[in-house]
Amino acid sequence: MSADGTAGPAPIETDAVIIGGGPVGLFAVFELGLVDIKSHVIDILDKPGGQCAELYPEKPIYDIPGMAIVTGQGLTDALMAQIKPFGATFHLGQRVDALERMDDGRFRLVTDIGAQFLAKVVVVAAGGGSFTPKRPPIAGIEPYEGKSVFYSVRRIEDFRGKDVLVVGGGDSALDWTLNLQPVANSLTLLHRRDEFRGAPHSVEQMRALVRDRKITLLIGQMGALHGDGGALTAVTIKTKDGETRIAANRLLPFFGLTMKLGPVANWGLDLHENLIPVGTEKFETSEPGIFAVGDINSYPGKLKLILSGFHEAALMSQAAYKIVYPGKKLLFQYTTSSSSLQKKLGVS
Amino acid sequence: MAKIKFIQPDGTEQVVEGEPGMTVMETAKKHLIDGIEAECGGACACATCHVYVDDAWRERTGDPSEMEEDMLDFAFDVRPASRLSCQIKVTEALDGLILRIPEKQF
Repeated sequence: MSADGTAGPAPIETDAVIIGGGPVGLFAVFELGLVDIKSHVIDILDKPGGQCAELYPEKPIYDIPGMAIVTGQGLTDALMAQIKPFGATFHLGQRVDALERMDDGRFRLVTDIGAQFLAKVVVVAAGGGSFTPKRPPIAGIEPYEGKSVFYSVRRIEDFRGKDVLVVGGGDSALDWTLNLQPVANSLTLLHRRDEFRGAPHSVEQMRALVRDRKITLLIGQMGALHGDGGALTAVTIKTKDGETRIAANRLLPFFGLTMKLGPVANWGLDLHENLIPVGTEKFETSEPGIFAVGDINSYPGKLKLILSGFHEAALMSQAAYKIVYPGKKLLFQYTTSSSSLQKKLGVS
Repeated sequence: MAKIKFIQPDGTEQVVEGEPGMTVMETAKKHLIDGIEAECGGACACATCHVYVDDAWRERTGDPSEMEEDMLDFAFDVRPASRLSCQIKVTEALDGLILRIPEKQF
């Protein structure tokens, strides 16, 4: 069943599910693929690359072996090209909420939008955790969250006829200003300065709505929230002329993303200081068949480097093979000389 | 070396030695200054190393770049004296610099 009570689609059955599509999760597709393990990759972002793509796509990285310099996006693109032969399926914009072992020994995973997976092995490559919207550090905001304060728009209807306050200056703030204006009773866009980072044509459209008096643009910052029992009635706004209070029963703050461990903590795995302890032979967690690679794991001497995660993915794959293909012997081979590996890579 | 004073929201002061060439954020992390999170590790990509530069020092630290100004959109309680400490390089000229830590990083 999906969250809204309707029957969801049948679960996807696969060898491996990789949780996290950062560089290490992507390279895990490669290493698993070399030993004939098919992967599905789930990531909360709407694109592969993890922190490399989200936090520093243009920043140079200098410590990837064999690449004197590469940007976060460049590394992501190169890895996507490298893993292409293995045909992994990506499930983006989804967070794995539940992970449990089934009676048949496989793992069942359920995402926040109700997608289900059955996998023989699970590879947690979740880095610093899942990217989640930043919550404004305003005292007493919690009771309003999910009732009047939202960090994303799942249903436009929830905003029909409402007095909506959108806060932020990027594409999310602008897009939802434009999309919600026709259904809202009133819409106010609040940003700390009269310059916007969003796409120029969105900024144009927003300015036109302000000119036509269809929305209000305020330059300032959020203060206290006012209301009762989660029902918002007004928000204090701090502008350069002082404080004012505007009526609002829906608040959408868009202040970017931050990394939180999130549901990883609920999967029954041993955790130590928000990291998953693993052994350095298999990179397996306390739960046999669930592996952890990259920044999310810890072991004596661990360095949070992309290259460490690559090494971990290679060794993890050897152990995963024994679970996916019980009783079969794995012959260690080099891509340089093995014709069977080259066939898998599509180069021979 | 340059002495840098960090003042916490509760008034607690800490003075540390900054090494020219390092950023103020790196200096703060090295000396375990509370309230400088620097989640992205200095890539000007997270706004969690936000500080307020003392008015007497604002001219010497200069104004935020366009990229930093964009990133400050993600900080909380941004003021005219706001800077991201990963974008301030320690120099001998900043000896005596005074910075205030905001109440909250996002």
